[in-house]
Amino acid sequence: MSGWLRARRIESVVEAVGDTPLLRLRNVTKRASDVPVYAKLEFENPGGSVKDRAALRMIQDAQKDGRLTRDKILIDSTSGNTGVAYSLFGAALGIKVRLVMPSNVSKARKDIARAFGTEIVYSDPLEGSDGAIRLAKKIVDEDPGRYFYPDQYANPSNPLAHYHGTGPEILRDLGDRITHFVAGLGTSGTMMGTARRLKEHHRAIRCVAVEPDSALHGLEGLKHMASSLVPPIYDPRAHDEVFPVSTEDGWDMADRVAREEGLHVGHSSGANLFAAVRIAEELQAEGKPGCVVGIVCDRGDRYFSPLRWEKKYVW
Amino acid sequence: MDTIVRIPAALRTLTGGADEVTAAGATVGDVIEDLDKRHPGLKDRLLDEKGVRRFINIYVGEEDVRFTGGLATELKAGDQLSIIPAIAGG
Ligand SMILES: Cc1ncc(COP(=O)(O)O)c(C=O)c1O
Repeated sequence: MSGWLRARRIESVVEAVGDTPLLRLRNVTKRASDVPVYAKLEFENPGGSVKDRAALRMIQDAQKDGRLTRDKILIDSTSGNTGVAYSLFGAALGIKVRLVMPSNVSKARKDIARAFGTEIVYSDPLEGSDGAIRLAKKIVDEDPGRYFYPDQYANPSNPLAHYHGTGPEILRDLGDRITHFVAGLGTSGTMMGTARRLKEHHRAIRCVAVEPDSALHGLEGLKHMASSLVPPIYDPRAHDEVFPVSTEDGWDMADRVAREEGLHVGHSSGANLFAAVRIAEELQAEGKPGCVVGIVCDRGDRYFSPLRWEKKYVW
Repeated sequence: MDTIVRIPAALRTLTGGADEVTAAGATVGDVIEDLDKRHPGLKDRLLDEKGVRRFINIYVGEEDVRFTGGLATELKAGDQLSIIPAIAGG
């Protein structure tokens, strides 16, 4: 910290959400030396991912308008980070949490959620995250009065968390310098909310949505929209461009930023940074000025523990 | 010999929506070759030049073929093959 001390004594874990740092990448950007690339480090949130923002806002908005009361169980479908976030805030705020996830979610994810006292219901691994969504809906339909179902794919509080948080933070930290914003699409909450705020800025900021290049991919957290249940909050007009990234390119960039930047990130973040660096290189090659921000969704150690299906070998 | 192959949701556009298909072959590799004849494009999604793609797991019954001989794993009558994405997505 440069010469001043910031008081950071907080009263509740919920106050630790947001206000994440922007880190300038110096080494994986050698071919774009005049176009700064910044990584917004969402793993600094207390639950370790960008999803803390959406989960907290969905809970708080529902508490305010009475959808979430003490007697209800919070239930949702999530393959991981949102589940960790619900579990953490549920524990802190006294809310019971039940999560539906495909059984091939990594053991680490299940263990983290369980550590906070969350109950897990498994859906068929062959049906992927859409199968978990359908099962969660079915459970709620059987006894609607018992549950608060935030439905992160359809809940406007999810993008709003980014409209009021991620977007203004980026503008505060970079002002008029930012020219490009890059984020992957899962529920699409990060992109929808942040892009809407950035589009209100008086200078144009190009918003680039990262998507896996095929339906069967290894970029956990991201959705291949053409082959998925499209989230009701998703509006393709909110961003300017879709940038398809292969699993291999995402994984390789995650490895590179670990070795070259000291930044150990998850695979979806690898994909975002791959796109961000590529955009910066193109601007550099064309001799255009620019400044690119990419979202780092979570840390790589969340993916260390072998998946249930892979426990017998080392990567 | 026909083997039942369970197809994950993400690949069902290639099987006309079917979650289970059949293919013939003595080994996992043979079955994948035959699968690709019946449902063109499947092989490319599952394999790269080094073998099974890093983010895909192929199971014979409960066993990951990575530990049973890979594509050379031999199949017995009644074996069922499952293609499981390594991640849960979304
Ligand atoms: C690791 C990871 N990356 C990216 C995303 C996508 O974020 P969003 O749901 O805001 O589109 C998620 C969320 O599910 C995630 O867990």
